[in-house]
This record gives sequence, structure tokens and C-alpha cells, in this order.
Amino acid sequence: MSLWSRISNALRGGRLNREIDEEFEAHIEEAIASGRDPGEARRTFGSILRQREAARNIRVAGWLESILADVRFGWRQLCRSKVTSAAAVLSLALGIGSCVAAFRLIDALLWRPLPIAHSSDLYVLSRKMTGFDGKPAEHDAWATPDFNLMRDAVRNADKDQADLIAISYADRTDITWTTDDDTEKAHVVYASGNMFPLFGLEPTLGRLLAPADDRGSGMDPYAVLSWDYWNQRFGRDPHVLGRSLHIGDQSFQIIGVGPREFTGIEKGTVTDIFLPLRMSSFATQESVTWHRTFLMLKPDVNRAAALEPLRQHLSEVSRAFETERSKRLHGMSRASIDRYLNQTLVFYPAGAGISDLQKDYRRSLGILGLLAALVLLIACVNVANMMTAQAAARAQEMALRISIGAGRHRLVRLILCQSALLAFMASVLGSLFAAWSAPFVLSLINPPDNPARLALVADWRVLLFGFGLILLVVLLLGLLPALRASAVRPVSALKGGEDPHSPRRLMRGAIALQVAFCCLVLFLSSLFVASFQRLQNRPLGFSTDRILLLETVAGKGQLPVVWNQTADALRAAPGVDSVAISSWALLKGIAINSSISIHGAPPVTAFFLNISPGWFSTMKIPIVAGRDFRPEDASPGAAIVNETFVKTFFPGQDAIGRSFERGVDPRLYQIVAVTPDVPYRDLREPGRAIFYVPFDETDEKSVPRSAGFATFVIHTDAQNPLALAGSLRQLIAQRHNGLRVSNITTQDDLVRDQTIRERLIAMLAAFFAAVALLLAGIGLYAVLNYSVLQRRREIGIRMAVGSTRAGIVRIVTVDAFAMIALGFGAGVALGFGAARSVGSLFYQVKATDADMIALPACAILLTAVVATLPAVLRALRTDPTEILRAE
Amino acid sequence: MAKTDSLQGSLDLLVLKILSRRPRLHGYAIMAAIASTSEEVLRAEEGSLYPALYRMEEAGWIRAEWIKKDTGRRARVYELTDAGKKQLGAEESRWQLVSMAINRVLREA
Repeated sequence: MSLWSRISNALRGGRLNREIDEEFEAHIEEAIASGRDPGEARRTFGSILRQREAARNIRVAGWLESILADVRFGWRQLCRSKVTSAAAVLSLALGIGSCVAAFRLIDALLWRPLPIAHSSDLYVLSRKMTGFDGKPAEHDAWATPDFNLMRDAVRNADKDQADLIAISYADRTDITWTTDDDTEKAHVVYASGNMFPLFGLEPTLGRLLAPADDRGSGMDPYAVLSWDYWNQRFGRDPHVLGRSLHIGDQSFQIIGVGPREFTGIEKGTVTDIFLPLRMSSFATQESVTWHRTFLMLKPDVNRAAALEPLRQHLSEVSRAFETERSKRLHGMSRASIDRYLNQTLVFYPAGAGISDLQKDYRRSLGILGLLAALVLLIACVNVANMMTAQAAARAQEMALRISIGAGRHRLVRLILCQSALLAFMASVLGSLFAAWSAPFVLSLINPPDNPARLALVADWRVLLFGFGLILLVVLLLGLLPALRASAVRPVSALKGGEDPHSPRRLMRGAIALQVAFCCLVLFLSSLFVASFQRLQNRPLGFSTDRILLLETVAGKGQLPVVWNQTADALRAAPGVDSVAISSWALLKGIAINSSISIHGAPPVTAFFLNISPGWFSTMKIPIVAGRDFRPEDASPGAAIVNETFVKTFFPGQDAIGRSFERGVDPRLYQIVAVTPDVPYRDLREPGRAIFYVPFDETDEKSVPRSAGFATFVIHTDAQNPLALAGSLRQLIAQRHNGLRVSNITTQDDLVRDQTIRERLIAMLAAFFAAVALLLAGIGLYAVLNYSVLQRRREIGIRMAVGSTRAGIVRIVTVDAFAMIALGFGAGVALGFGAARSVGSLFYQVKATDADMIALPACAILLTAVVATLPAVLRALRTDPTEILRAE
Repeated sequence: MAKTDSLQGSLDLLVLKILSRRPRLHGYAIMAAIASTSEEVLRAEEGSLYPALYRMEEAGWIRAEWIKKDTGRRARVYELTDAGKKQLGAEESRWQLVSMAINRVLREA
């Protein structure tokens, strides 16, 4: 209470003085009233002023009072040059805000531990292997029978060491709450029953899945909702317990709602519904790898000692499983099976969650963080320059302060107070900026059917980071000018200064630093922007214009004739130009391969797609040679291959009329046409060997095979294909033939999805580049302007003794341009280093491309010219007679 | 001035004792009370009384309050806090100890 009252007294100094005076007056009055001589009564106090000071010192926190005085003084200094101060605050705010926003994103996605017990003991199992294409590959997907063996092995042998948990990928699934056709999408996760207890999670409502819910397929049709889904979909209705939801032909009963913070283990996706692992039809299939496997160490197990034996044990169990399984594989060569079996099991820490979003954006966010930090540094250098200039202008004042007895630490504090004031104002603005920009950037990661969702909480982690950042900024800004100012030697400063050039030398070094940072930002930005442009302008080989995609499912599958009739009905609808069917759309992100054998040669793998006749013309893909499929073609039978397929398997030959076998089916596919390569799964992939087969498939007895899903590819007359989506979906529903539209998109959107990351980085990088360039320009302008002002006398004398205008321009700019060249070289060197570490983010762009360096060079040169122009003009306008007269 | 010196170190004790007997006194009244109860032997100077009062207030032994006097002027009156009562006890026993010790020294001589 005492400290508090002293602090509050410091904040109301004026009032305190009045109170002390009033008390003394009252005392004197009492004394006079009790009969003392007024003069004497007054004299006993001695000097009232001195008494007041003594009283004050007791009642006031002195250090605070002097800091307050410093802050007030600093504020007046800032107010003296309002425009400069505002620019300083704004640029710092932008830098601080960007850094905090980048930190929030990176922390939320990559670093923040999951809200579960013992998150640091959680590991994910992954295996490194050689893929079928001969390249190293890594997968974290496991088959449930394999998981069961591993889990039992851990349970039997390493009982006190760890537990294994299976959690499937969050899958956007069609679910129904009522029995009618009113389906909606939800992210569904299948998890082993031990997940909730091992994570130490408690239900908000009802109960959570337990190990007892793992009894067997179809035995435990229970579902647990996540709190988020319960909140959004049901408005936290407690009566949701006991309701049923339907997925396909399965029904699940809601038994509980999970804890509020837990949204699943995939950062970036919020899980809506948790189901028991064994309820999935995949759970019994040994060849379907469909869930992740996690290892949770027991709480007091020695991590270093336990992990390696566990890894070896699990590796043996899994290898035994795969060896057994490979005996039942057909259509693969012994060599490729052996290669496949040569796997290495590895553990990765998974305490911060694990997701594709993390994998895709780890490096991108790192780069954005780096760019934000560089912008902040540039802003700091700018403001430090400003303060150095001001401090130089105040050298005499500082000298005077020291002469009349100010301690040097008091001077340091004076300037640090000023920079803290700047940093404080900037951080208030910056936190507003960060509060807006972090969710904004996140919202840009928005594939239409799966926008990224991430909890961006502002808690002590963010506060701590922000506080550290402000401290750093204060020191960066203030320390150098403060030390310089406090090192002032009063005698020489009051005489007129010993070395007027020293602050300029410091500021010139700052220019080099700033240009280096700016160049690094520009260089990286131009690489990212060029990558994005090249990716976006990559020739697709097909048309995305006016293509509507109706992704359609048929519960238990429908015969091709049903699909074809539906396509006919769509064709008859108004506004529809042409309709074709493919199993899935190009660039949907799906790739399925199949082993093929050419004339009995050892099997090789190639990717395929089932399509209906007319698909090529709808997609505007030309047929180079041969003919399109006809309605009577079926699979197996006819096939169309792309040019890479021809180059790979029939080099230098005419492929048309040739044939190949697929899998173990002895029936032949005969190649009827060749088409150009088009991107198949994603935009970045190199050309793959792809074969197209008819959508109509038949089994060994030539009986038509039913299809469970396919996409209607519709070319519309209208510019916006989505305008027709509603009516066409309705049209399919009205046919009541078991087909149901599950998702609607356009080919344009699928292409756009492929470039979301590149677009995001390019956009933000361009933004940071513009800011960096602007700040560097302002910095350069300020330094040159200051230097011309300082050297006015010198310039005037030079002019008077006959220096030419070119000579004046040279002495004003030559130093600056030397510094710019130095900074540019350093920046490019740094850029090469940085670019090498993120090379995987570039598309057809190399750091060594000449135009990648030329662009930043031109931008910096142009900025430099614009920024130096005012200073040069000012120098040239110097009037020697006026200067000399003033001296 | 010599009289003030005699109060060195015991002014706190005197003020606390006076306030424990008669709460809510202002500065002049405290001064007058010290003078009258000591039969004009002890005298607290204004220059040391007020710093002592403020120091004790910051230490939390006494608390102050503004009251309106009949004359219309405000006066700042002081009273003992719980911490002040404890402090008074401590100061009193310390004083006993010291004065006994001093007496012993004087007797020896």
C-alpha cells in the first residue's frame, strides 16, 4: 500500500503540493489561534519550500517521478516534429504488427502444444521407404490390422512404456441428421477408444469414447461431437444426446460432447465428429492405409532410453505384417515388393499436432516471418537514424545537462524513454494491426470445401512475444543514440563539436544495412511473385472456362447405364452445352495408379482415369491421333494414352493399335488414340504416363460393373457455371435413381486451389517488398537531407571557390551510392542463401536467374534516385553568399 | 534547538503514544500534546514533526484524513492503524530496554 500510495502521489504531483501547503497553513493558523506570534509561527517552519520538498521526498516515489518527467520531455520532443514522429510510429507499428501477426500464425499452426495432457510425450509413427516410382517416399498412413498387431505387441511387451493410438485423417464426409436426403458435410475422424482417456480429456456432456468401444465392426455405433460442432450446429442444445446421425447406411448414436478446447489433432481442421475406429469398413482391410498411428509414452518413462527399443520393436512387428501381406499381392515384381518391404519406421514429436497444413505452410510461414522481421528491422534503422540526427542536433543541450550535473545514466534514460514512448505507441497500433491481419491471412488459406480453421488465441505466449519484441525495438532504437549522447564531452560540445562527421558515418552504415535488408526482401519477393505467375500462367492443355463439376455419389453404386441416362438428362437441360463423366476431375488432387504389363513384360505402374465419350471435347483437350471413345467401348477394351505414356512405353513407335494388360485381368486394352499431356493431380507435377479408360466397366464375365462415385463435367452456356448448379442438382435429385450430388465446384476453382499457397506468399511478399522499399526510400531521403543540411557550410565554400554543379552532386551522393552498392551486394548474397533453403517453394524459378536480380536492382536504384533528388536539389540551391555571410 | 535533539529517535514513539491516547489529532495538536504532557520539557519542531508523520503514514502505522474544522478550513488528522499499534508496542519495549541500559551506565559511573 505504501508503494502504491507513493506511485499514485507521483502521478498527482501538483495536488500533493497543494495538500502539503494546506496542511502547513492549517498548522500555522492553529498556532496563531493558540496565541503565538504570527511571524514567529511562520518562521518556525523555516523555508516552506524546503519543508515541502522534504515532505514530498517521503511521500513520492522519486524514481517514478523522474521517469515521468523524462516521458513528458520525450513526448514534447516527439511533438516538436509531428510528421517525422508519426511516420516513425506508423512504420514501427507496421513492422511490429506484421511480426506479431506472423508469430501468431506460426505459433498457432506449428508450435502451440495441443490442449491435451502430456502433449510432449506424443509421437506420430511414420515410415520411410522407396516408392514404386523409385523415389524416396514417406507415409504416416497405417492399415488397422497392422496397427492392431503393433498395439498388441506394445501392450504385451512394453506395457509400462507406452500406448498406441489410431486416429484417422479428418475427412469431409456426407452426413444426414434426419432420414431424408438432407445431407450436409462434417469433418469425421475415427479414433481408437483409448484416445480420449490417454489425452486426459473430459466430456462437456455425456461420455466420451472409451477403450470398451473398440469391440468390433458394427458393435459400437456411437459418436462424440466436438464442442465446436455442438456449438455451431446445435447451439449447445443438451438434448442432442441420444440423437442419431447417418453416414451412408450406418447410424451412430450421439453419446457425448468433447471438451471445449480440443478440436482434434490436425491443426488447421476442426474435427466435428469422433467415431470408434472399428466402425469404419476400412478397419478390417489389410491393404487400406487410412489412419495415423500415435505413440503416447507413459508419463514417467525416460524418453531417450525408451524410444529406440520401442521403435525397433514396432518396426519388426510391422515388417512381419507387410511380409505376410506381400505374399497375397499380385501383379507386382519380386524386386518392387522387396523394395517396398525395405521400410524404416520413425517417430516424430506430435505434441503440437500434425496436419497437411503444417507440412504445406511450414516454410512459407517461416519466409513470411523473415520478411516481417526484416521490415521491422528496416523501420527500426529508420527511426534510429531519426533519433541519431535529433541527438546530434541536441549535443549542446546534452553537454549543458552534463555540465549542470545530470548523471550520464539519466541522459541514457532520457533517450530510452523517448524510444520507449515511440515503441509503446507503435505497439498499440501494431497490436490492432496484428489482431486484424492474422485472421485475414488465415482466411486466405481457403480451398472452397476445406477452409483452414485455426484457433488464434491471444494469450501469454503472444503477450510475451510482443513484450520481448518491444523491448528489442526500444534497445535497437535508443541504445546507440543514447550511448552517443551520454558520451558527449561537455567542453568540446559546447565549443562547437569535435567531430561533426561522426553521426553521419553512423547513419551511412545504417543506409548500407537498410539497403541490404530491403534487397533481401525484394529479392525473395520477386522469386515468389515470379513463381506464382509462372504457375498461374502455366499452359494447362485443357479449358477451365465454364466447366461446372458435380461430384456425385451413389450409395451402394449404380450401373453405368444409370449414370449415362443421368448425363443425357443433364444434356437436355437448358443452358447446358455438353456433359461428360469422369471418375474424378482433373486437378482434384486424386491420383490412382494401376499396374500394367505390355506384351507380357514385367508389370509397371501408370496412372489412369475413367472417362465417358465426349470428355475430351468438353474439356477442350485435342486428340493428336486416333479417335475418341464410342458409347459401345468399355473397360477393359479400349484405352487412350497421353504422349508421355507413348514416350515411356512405346518410344519412337506408333502407339495406336498397340495393347497392354492391366493387373491380373488377361483381357487387353487396345490404344485407340493419343492426347497431349495435361496436369493430372496437381499443377507442379512433371508429365506422368497416364491412360484413360472408358467409364463403362465390365467384370470378368463381361457384366457391367456399378460405380459408387463420379463427376459430371458440364460445359455451360452461361459465363458463370455455378448459376446452373442449383437447378442441375435438383434435376439429379428428382430422378430418384440413387445418385446424389455431394459437392459442387468448378474447374476454375480447382485450378485456383492449386495456387492458393503461391498466391498467398506472392501477395504478402509483394506487400512487404513495397513497404520495405518505401521505408528504405524514406530512410535514404532523411539521411541525405540531414547530411546536406549539416554540410551546408562546406558546400557553400566549395561553390564559392568554384566547384562545378556536377562536383557538388558527386560529393553529396557518392557516399550514399557506395553504401547502396555495398548493401545491395550483401543483400543479394543473403538472398542466395535464403533462396536455397526454400527452393522447394519455387516453381520454375531459380535464384540465379538474371531477371530475378535485375528486378530488385532496378527497384532499389529507382528508389535511391527518387530519394536523393530532393537532397541534391537542396544542395544545388545552396547560396554561397548567404552561407558565407551567415558565418 | 537543543530540545529537539533530545527527541532524536524517540519522536516516532511519542507521536504514536499520543495518537494511541487521543485519536484523530492534527499536526499542531500533536505538537501541543507533546509539549503539555511533558510539561514543556520536550518540544517537537515542525521541521521534524511533519516528515516523521509522512514517513509513518507511508509505513502504514498511521493514517490521515481531511476533516472540516469549524473555521471552515480543512485540517489533516491522524490516527493509529493496527500496524501502528503493534509498532508502538515494539517501540515502547525498545525504549524501556534502552532507558534501563542508560540508567545502568549512569549508575556505574
